[in-house]
Amino acid sequence: MTVFKGRTKGLTDAKLSYCPGCLHGVAHRLIGESMEELGIIEKTIGIAPVGCSVFAYNFFACDVIQVPHGRAPAVATGMHRARPDRIVFTYQGDGDLAAIGTAETIHAANRSENITIFFVNNATYGMTGGQMAPTTLPGMKATTAPYGRDVSDTGFPMRLCEILSQLEMPNYIERVSLLSPKEILKAKKAVKKALQYNTDGKGLSFVEMISTCPTNWGMDPLKAREWARENMLPIFPLGVFKDRAAEEAKEKEAE
Amino acid sequence: MATTRILCAGFGGQGALLIGKLVAEAGMAEGKFVTWLPSYGPEMRGGTANVMVVVSDKPVGSPIFTKMDVLVALNQPSLDKFAKDTKDGGLIITNSDLCGDPENKDKIKLAPVPLTKIAEEIGNVKAANMVGVGALLQLTGCVERKSVEDYLSHMMKEKNPALLETNMAAIDKGASYVS
Amino acid sequence: MGKKVLMKGNEAVAEAAILAGCRHYFAYPITPQSELIEYMAKKMPLVDGTFLQAESEVAAINMVLGAAACGVRVMTSSSSPGISLKQEGISYIAASRLPAVIVNVTRGGPGLGNIAPMQCDYFQATRGGGHGDYYTPVLSPSTVQEFADMAPMAFEIAEKYLTPVMILGDGMLGQMMEPVEFPDAYPPQKDPSEWALGARRTPDDRHIINSLYIDPYVLQEKTETLFKVYEEIKKNETRFETYNMDSGAKYLIVAHGTAARVAKSAVDALKEEGVELALIRPITLWPYPYDAVAEAAKGKEKVITIELSMGQMVEDVKLAVCGECPVEFIGKAGGVVFTPEEIVSLIREKIS
Ligand SMILES: Cc1ncc(C[n+]2csc(CCOP(=O)(O)OP(=O)(O)O)c2C)c(N)n1
Ligand code: SF4
Ligand SMILES: [Mg+2]
Repeated sequence: MTVFKGRTKGLTDAKLSYCPGCLHGVAHRLIGESMEELGIIEKTIGIAPVGCSVFAYNFFACDVIQVPHGRAPAVATGMHRARPDRIVFTYQGDGDLAAIGTAETIHAANRSENITIFFVNNATYGMTGGQMAPTTLPGMKATTAPYGRDVSDTGFPMRLCEILSQLEMPNYIERVSLLSPKEILKAKKAVKKALQYNTDGKGLSFVEMISTCPTNWGMDPLKAREWARENMLPIFPLGVFKDRAAEEAKEKEAE
Repeated sequence: MATTRILCAGFGGQGALLIGKLVAEAGMAEGKFVTWLPSYGPEMRGGTANVMVVVSDKPVGSPIFTKMDVLVALNQPSLDKFAKDTKDGGLIITNSDLCGDPENKDKIKLAPVPLTKIAEEIGNVKAANMVGVGALLQLTGCVERKSVEDYLSHMMKEKNPALLETNMAAIDKGASYVS
Repeated sequence: MGKKVLMKGNEAVAEAAILAGCRHYFAYPITPQSELIEYMAKKMPLVDGTFLQAESEVAAINMVLGAAACGVRVMTSSSSPGISLKQEGISYIAASRLPAVIVNVTRGGPGLGNIAPMQCDYFQATRGGGHGDYYTPVLSPSTVQEFADMAPMAFEIAEKYLTPVMILGDGMLGQMMEPVEFPDAYPPQKDPSEWALGARRTPDDRHIINSLYIDPYVLQEKTETLFKVYEEIKKNETRFETYNMDSGAKYLIVAHGTAARVAKSAVDALKEEGVELALIRPITLWPYPYDAVAEAAKGKEKVITIELSMGQMVEDVKLAVCGECPVEFIGKAGGVVFTPEEIVSLIREKIS
């Protein structure tokens, strides 16, 4: 699945530390390219979470800070309040964002902090070896759900876009997928739009990317993408859940 | 033999950890003191897996060591990484289907064994690590073949008797190859 | 005693807790303790126990608070960064006088550090750790067998004194396999009906669990009561092991946990060269065996403390030795474990 030509200035030359076929690399690339195209590399600050992307500080060409597990949106809040002229984004996995960091995520969204959250959903805890995530699918096995996720005991997969779009204030919420070249192109548009909104001071933008974890799912990368298409997309439908800036622009036009 | 320090290394999935586990299980059954310490965490990701095993007549202090008596290298990267940590006069067993000779081959005893080929001959490539166990037992005598067989029987006699047979055949082939 | 089995420390302590009757376990994944949570995930459903992966360590310890308040044997586990998050809850559990067991499979710090074994959480573990005037009994295993044996021991201490108890392992003890034997019988749980919620013995036997005492005099009294309990714990529960004490050694080694087992090999190795060293290994880090260390240091030319940190327990050793002889320190940061050869040469430097 080669979608990219050449290299982007938005990423460093460092060799990615992800497993072969892991889509974290694709997500990095989309953000790197968008930063480059928007000409914001020098004024952007990225936030690396705790998860497989903990090493993102090696890869994004902007300034990067690595922060405690789940706290990225709070750190981003502090940063953005300290330097409103900078573009601040977080890059977080499902465990980081939707388990330990749920409170930080919801409250940063509710305040519509002018930050961008990139959320890579691979339905597992990749870094620590495949434990159950809040996004793990019903019946899906994980090392801490050895008999498969029982929703009556551990709840249903949490749909973060849907939950956050219940809030009044966030500006832009979209779920995209990284499962095919076509979807990646679409994802790129969402990533760039989110950073553009951030640059324009429109408030919180949130892009969830449906991804895979071939290593912990125990599949080859291709099979993992097929599996995700069949099993994740029905539970995590793609689409725009909120786009206040676009609606406002439309309303203005109508006037 | 007072204390034998063994490092087994290979790609994740080659079964290096299991080689160590069998030695430790057998040693324990023989009433020896044993420790088994794997490499863990993200370093396992896609790359190599290794395990340090100590078998001793005395309680084991550190399960970690910087120099070992025996290295079992299932692939070239593992050999490159660990050959130099083998004590002078120590033993290096390599999977000669995937490894060349180590740089320090004049200082150690080298036992190149075509683990993959032998396992293929038996009809199960996955048993390559078991061929390695056979070579290891034969060359070091750190534990008895019988103790390994007892453990394997205990683990798989009921569930998978065919696999038990394959594994024991692989162990014996490995032993006879180096004897 | 049952048969010897080869097990990882993480699994052995989990199995021992289940055998000891623990049926409630709440935790959040973190390396290098993941085998513990994963073992509980597999085994608890088979014994009709509760396993729940919490959304965070903060949630996990508060689930423990809730279960403990209802009088059941409850345990949680984590590793250093996660234990930091649990400190608020541990402070409440201590203040509320509730029994609970916390396993800390420590790793390198500060911050995200790394996942290698370290002993750099000694201060946090032995000085309360959270806010307020309290201590937590801390057990330090040095073998997988001891790690397992400490699960029932921790429950017993927790229930006898109504306190949280911490087992302070490390990544190496968690990950390594060693032979373990599990005893046939375990101490039964102490009847909690005197204080547990939902356990009224008569219709108006109302139970309250609380840590709020607005009136300073009441809080003072409560804290003094707590410290009387601590005096009892110090008197009854202080544990340590000595090694090569009667050898006429001029030097004393003090080490705990993983560092102690490596140090023991160094003692053996130097003995072969004709150099005698005595060794004392604190098994409880709080209460600390001050008197035993002082006694062991008597008449020695030098005391050498060995830790996998930049030096934390060494402060307790100095308190114990109280200037009677010089106290030296050998340590390592970053999660690099000593090899016996290394310790031998470092000790040789200190005593030459
Ligand atoms: C306070 C704390 N708790 C737990 C951990 C261990 N930990 C590291 S990464 C991780 C989960 C990561 O999963 P996710 O956010 O989904 O990212 P992925 O690796 O899947 O990309 C956990 C639990 C930690 N580092 N700190
Ligand atoms: S463990 Fe999974 S998420 Fe992490 S790098 Fe490997 S494939 Fe990607
Ligand atoms: Mg994830």
